[in-house]
Amino acid sequence: MTDEPNQMSKGTGVAEKAKRIRGIVYINLNRCKGCGFCIAFCPPGVLVFSEQFNAQGYHPPRLADAEGCTGCDLCGLYCPDFAIYAVMTHKNGQQGKSPGGSTGEVLRAS
Amino acid sequence: MSVLAEVPLAPNPVEAFIRSERIPHVWCPGCGIGTTVNCFSRALLQSRLNLERVVVVSGIGCTGRVAGYLQLTSFHTTHGRAIPFATGLKVANPELTVVVYSGDGDLVSIGGNHFIHAARRNQDLKVICVNNFTYGMTGGQVTPTTPLSAISSTTPYGCFEEPFNLPFLAESAGATYVARWTSYHVRQLTHAMGEMLRKKGFSFLEIISGCPTLYGRRNRLGDGLDEMKYFKDKSVVQHGANTKEAGIGFQGPIVVGKFVDIERPVFLEQMNQQLARTLDAQYAGCVGDYVPS
Repeated sequence: MTDEPNQMSKGTGVAEKAKRIRGIVYINLNRCKGCGFCIAFCPPGVLVFSEQFNAQGYHPPRLADAEGCTGCDLCGLYCPDFAIYAVMTHKNGQQGKSPGGSTGEVLRAS
Repeated sequence: MSVLAEVPLAPNPVEAFIRSERIPHVWCPGCGIGTTVNCFSRALLQSRLNLERVVVVSGIGCTGRVAGYLQLTSFHTTHGRAIPFATGLKVANPELTVVVYSGDGDLVSIGGNHFIHAARRNQDLKVICVNNFTYGMTGGQVTPTTPLSAISSTTPYGCFEEPFNLPFLAESAGATYVARWTSYHVRQLTHAMGEMLRKKGFSFLEIISGCPTLYGRRNRLGDGLDEMKYFKDKSVVQHGANTKEAGIGFQGPIVVGKFVDIERPVFLEQMNQQLARTLDAQYAGCVGDYVPS
């Protein structure tokens, strides 16, 4: 399975809700195996199983309450399939750094 | 929810550490091993280590697959021999940060002797043991960590062998850092892995993880999420606890926390010291001027 960009599902539209959105959830739908860890352990409880199936036949999660997400990235820490993660947004709606810090590529280059 | 043809600006932190072309991985839905890989990748990010000098060594088994999925210098070695392989790497090139990432069957059953002797000699290795109480890859046989009365494919009437208490084993063999968490405790795991990466000496981290396909199914424990909820409900955080009392009974409480954090001279320091003392000027230092990182 490849990571085509169009498999990425973005939880919310940043532009129109910029002032209220604190976090953005990214879900790689076709990687998900439907274990439900992200849904069960999301602190604000904003994720639910979606109705649709992915290519593997599982129900991936979807963001039910875009304004509730705090971008804490606990879903990203739990996900055993590396299919979901969240980033915090700044107050002006710009995308912030992911909670893990900078990416490994930056470190590799140094 | 719209599907956007857009690559996120801030990528998933784990993405830089995994070989994406091999994903989806072989681990079952609800398995905790992938969760520990997330924690490990975050710990590596936060440690600011030069990733070209971080080496991951795995043995055989479900957890042994970790080396194959990590985009680091990683080695998938023969069954039980992850620690001897890692010892060779570390002794030949002391500048490396050598992480042994393997399962309970590989590390303390087939590789049990290597484990205790690496701890005794205080090899500077970071040993991460994902303990799922069973041999997952070969069909759910009993392991030295299977709790009493648990059912496995080779103990259909319940396990009657006293299991290893891994933190106690590691501490009594001489480990300088011993901790235990479960795959539920992701923040604590990340923190503990970071501490291990900075620690000099034999560091041991036991991660209790669920195996919904074999251990969980045979014992009717529900799916992976039910096992995670058991870890959440039955874990007792007790830093500095007496490891002798940290044994795990079947579906009993799990004592978690950092148990041991001491300083002891590592193998290479002691070797250089002894040989320099005995041979004096003749000893050039066969591993160079060892400066512990």
